[in-house]
Amino acid sequence: MIDKRVGDPAQAVADVKDGDTVLIGGFGEAGSPIELIHALIDQGARDLVVASNNTGNGQVGLAALIAAGRVRKMICSYPRSSNSRVFPELYRKGQIELELVPQGTLAERIRAGGAGVPAFFTPSSVGTVLAEGKEVREFEGRPYVMERWLRADFALVKAELGDRLGNLTYNKTARNFGPIMCMAARTAIVQVSRIVEPGGIDPEVVVTPGVFVKRIVEVANAAHESVLVAQGVTYP
Amino acid sequence: MTAELIHAGLTRDEMARRAARDIPDGAYVNLGIGIPELVAAHIPPGREVIYHTENGVMGFGPPPPEGEEDPELINAGKKPITLLPGASFFHHADSFAMIRGGHIDFCILGAMQVARNGDLANWSTGAPGAIPAVGGAMDLVAGAGRIVVITEHCAKDGSPKLVDACTYPLTGRGVVARVFTDLAVVDVTSEGFVLREIAPGVDLDTVRRLTGAPLLAAAGIKTIEP
Repeated sequence: MIDKRVGDPAQAVADVKDGDTVLIGGFGEAGSPIELIHALIDQGARDLVVASNNTGNGQVGLAALIAAGRVRKMICSYPRSSNSRVFPELYRKGQIELELVPQGTLAERIRAGGAGVPAFFTPSSVGTVLAEGKEVREFEGRPYVMERWLRADFALVKAELGDRLGNLTYNKTARNFGPIMCMAARTAIVQVSRIVEPGGIDPEVVVTPGVFVKRIVEVANAAHESVLVAQGVTYP
Repeated sequence: MTAELIHAGLTRDEMARRAARDIPDGAYVNLGIGIPELVAAHIPPGREVIYHTENGVMGFGPPPPEGEEDPELINAGKKPITLLPGASFFHHADSFAMIRGGHIDFCILGAMQVARNGDLANWSTGAPGAIPAVGGAMDLVAGAGRIVVITEHCAKDGSPKLVDACTYPLTGRGVVARVFTDLAVVDVTSEGFVLREIAPGVDLDTVRRLTGAPLLAAAGIKTIEP
């Protein structure tokens, strides 16, 4: 029998190794898998390369993982926000690397990684500093820059409903990078608000088919980053 | 003395209202953060416009009343939104396929600098110690149908934002079609900047003085109806 359910976030992230590449879902706080990230902080893996659209807020979730010194490099489109102090401070001190990627290129690199396409050509960033050193080729008279796939050891994703087979739905704009990150990781770990029986999600509305998911853990009433930040919570 | 104190000009809402008149009925539109966000409130009656936000919604509406915000229903500026009937959600790769694939008709962005050849700089000053953050700006200018800019004519320090060549790092080359400022509507053409419309109470010499590149005057310059 296939059963991808695991008991708690700690078990779900137990085998992340030092130096692994980890995709972390979320656009701002929407879709940020706070409980899985906190479990990863407790687990202790270091020198991680993390791809995520932002760098977290306050001293919880992704910002806390970075503050704990576990991240060697961020691959990111927008490492700034009103409440984001941790990454900027480490970056200015030269204590964390940044690979800045246009948001759509980040998404397509992840999608390509999941789809088995090692590289693609995009018009985004042509003629800018973010295309420096990359191959540019003309197609039908227009220049495009070559970008490579982004694959990872793990993905940490937040979804809404899931079943033991790994089929998922998402909640509103918390979907963002979740579906493509599940595709691009060797081990996609998903926290869901509720686990249902197989068949409990209409096949017509499954967003991520279970084939892309390795582990699923129920986290009812997941924390919202902005609420934790407003309460002054710091992790650990 | 700042630019605002030495000339008349449009308010932010008046700039947004003028820009909104350019959006055709039926357009799929992406609005950048800042003054561009104000445009949605000024679409002329009788036009149906559908708004895309690159974090994954087509068909969003105004912000919710206070107390009804949902942290998982936000726009690209990470602000709470509502949905209109007929809205849809999608993941990031699909959202940027809409942008790069040419499915978004009209995009209104802010700017730090626009050059007379249409180059746009709106993501970084390139200053040492600045945290570079690009978001979706480079994808939008590479893929959306018509790219227009709304911006104050001059920066806060009084320096022109319409320039001969951008000194800040570029977002895209030759991408801007038109600029709406508090003083004027300026087109980017193969001849450079062309003044099409001018704000009430502002004269051509003033606009030229505050523009950092040659500014051609179109035949029959119109006054902007605020």
